[in-house]
Amino acid sequence: MRPALALLSVALLAAVLAPLIAPQDPYDLAQLQLVDSRLPPLARSAAGAIRWLGTDDQGRDMLSAILYGLRTSFVVGLASTALAFAIGVSLGLAAAWFGGWLDALVMRLADLQLSFPSILIALVLLAVFGQGLDKIVLALVAVQWAYYARAARASALVERGKEYIDAAIALALPDSRILFRHLLPNCLPPLLVLAAVQFAGAITLEATLSFLGLGLPITQPSLGLLIANGFNYLLSGRYWISFFPGIALLLTVVGINLVADRLGDVLDPRARR
Amino acid sequence: MLSFIARRLAQSLGILALMSLLVFAGVYAVGNPMDILVNPQADQNEIARATAALGLDRPLFEQYFLFLKEAAGGNLGKSFAYSVPAIGLILERMPATLELATAAMLIALLLGVPLGLWAGVAPRSAAGRTITLGSILGFSLPTFWVGLMLIMVFSVWLGWLPASGRGPTVDLAGIPVSFLSIAGLRHLALPAATLALFNLSLIARLARSGARQAMQQDYVRFARAKGLAEMRIVGVHVLRNVLVPVVTVAGVQFGSVIAFAVVTESIFSWPGMGKLLIDSINVLDRPVIVGYLCVVVVLFVVINLAVDLLASWLDPRVRLGGDA
Repeated sequence: MRPALALLSVALLAAVLAPLIAPQDPYDLAQLQLVDSRLPPLARSAAGAIRWLGTDDQGRDMLSAILYGLRTSFVVGLASTALAFAIGVSLGLAAAWFGGWLDALVMRLADLQLSFPSILIALVLLAVFGQGLDKIVLALVAVQWAYYARAARASALVERGKEYIDAAIALALPDSRILFRHLLPNCLPPLLVLAAVQFAGAITLEATLSFLGLGLPITQPSLGLLIANGFNYLLSGRYWISFFPGIALLLTVVGINLVADRLGDVLDPRARR
Repeated sequence: MLSFIARRLAQSLGILALMSLLVFAGVYAVGNPMDILVNPQADQNEIARATAALGLDRPLFEQYFLFLKEAAGGNLGKSFAYSVPAIGLILERMPATLELATAAMLIALLLGVPLGLWAGVAPRSAAGRTITLGSILGFSLPTFWVGLMLIMVFSVWLGWLPASGRGPTVDLAGIPVSFLSIAGLRHLALPAATLALFNLSLIARLARSGARQAMQQDYVRFARAKGLAEMRIVGVHVLRNVLVPVVTVAGVQFGSVIAFAVVTESIFSWPGMGKLLIDSINVLDRPVIVGYLCVVVVLFVVINLAVDLLASWLDPRVRLGGDA
């Protein structure tokens, strides 16, 4: 857990502090010099600053661009995970609690959504909505809510048969209070693990969609866009424009997945050793 | 069994109608394909004439019902960009995608199952640990970036394999395929490896946990007591029990491999229907987008049905129907 947590913390810290620690603001066109374009890693710019990870075709420092790109990854990942969690868990709990037509409607919708691969749904939604940060979050929420709804419903169905829920009902507490104060906390552990895994998935999916040119517009920092841009120079041997953003993406996603893995062990008492 | 298949097909028709309506309305709302299709110098009259020729001046619902009527007869409309029937355009590219997806799935199965067995039988050995760690890495690697890195290593640095296109094809029963010639196989290698990676990790993990469980069962102890060689125990007794979940998951994943081919085909300029979809989204070629989704929905229905039937055949305890 420790190395994974450390890895994730470094990535998160780098993203949060990007404006302070980045050698330049990579999206301020005034700071970019064309003479610096496509410098290899460790080369010096015309102004004498060292470019640790090289520069892209516009003379942008790759290290700075990656730090800003990580910011976008975390913002998109956190926003879509939080929204999908809130919507999916609420619908799942309500479906388990009220049953009937609500249950049938929510679960059929979830079935419909889960019967298609997430990338396909996100592609079509973005084709419809167009590019943009808000739109990509919307598309990610649309492909992820159903996982939470299913998991929340499944654990809520187990929990609602237990005595503490009977006691809460006997106290004539309002439904909303039972749902969110009694049922939700007891359903939470598996949902948190799911959220961690989905968080990593959201970050990868954003990068993939931006890579395909359907996610973020070119003026915004995104690891996927950086990698797509580097693809144009890959065949002439300028590997660093694609390579380093991919490494940053990989380390972040591996960090999250490892933490999720351990979180699952810690939160599941049977697996605890 | 027949009623199960009939009910499934009826459900699928419902999904097909719903999906096509959603996409139709959605793409309708995005924008006017005329902006992209018509020469920017065209005057109002020319634009109006071109719009009417494609039927785009009618109300949405009229357009949709016309589309449904035509679709029932197998005609999904003409592509705006290519001016040929969309369904023909898609079907023409389907073999390339199916070949790529099949090759990827075969790689994933043929490598994933033995690796997973190895890691499951000897979880504490160096090889077992490496395989387990590798499968976590394979899960986390972004597919599109892996494709780029493979191009960098095998095409740019080593110069062994081509980076784009499908290469020469050989006709097999009238369908062009790549895998029958050396040049075709060389073109197939990198895209198929890229597409296989995720499922290779998934299958290796499944096979590993399956093998770990199976190794503790009585029948394995009994086979050992009988003096069977370890090769035979793992290769016959354990393998057979590991295979049931693996085959089911591989079948279900086949649909997502076809979907993810969109990314792989874009990177390697593989002339399949996924690349066609991306190109069509960029020019708002509605008939092709809707057509692609209809074709994919039908493909998924067929795949899921085949997987359910296969699973019940492999493991008679699996019952068809239920709450499907």
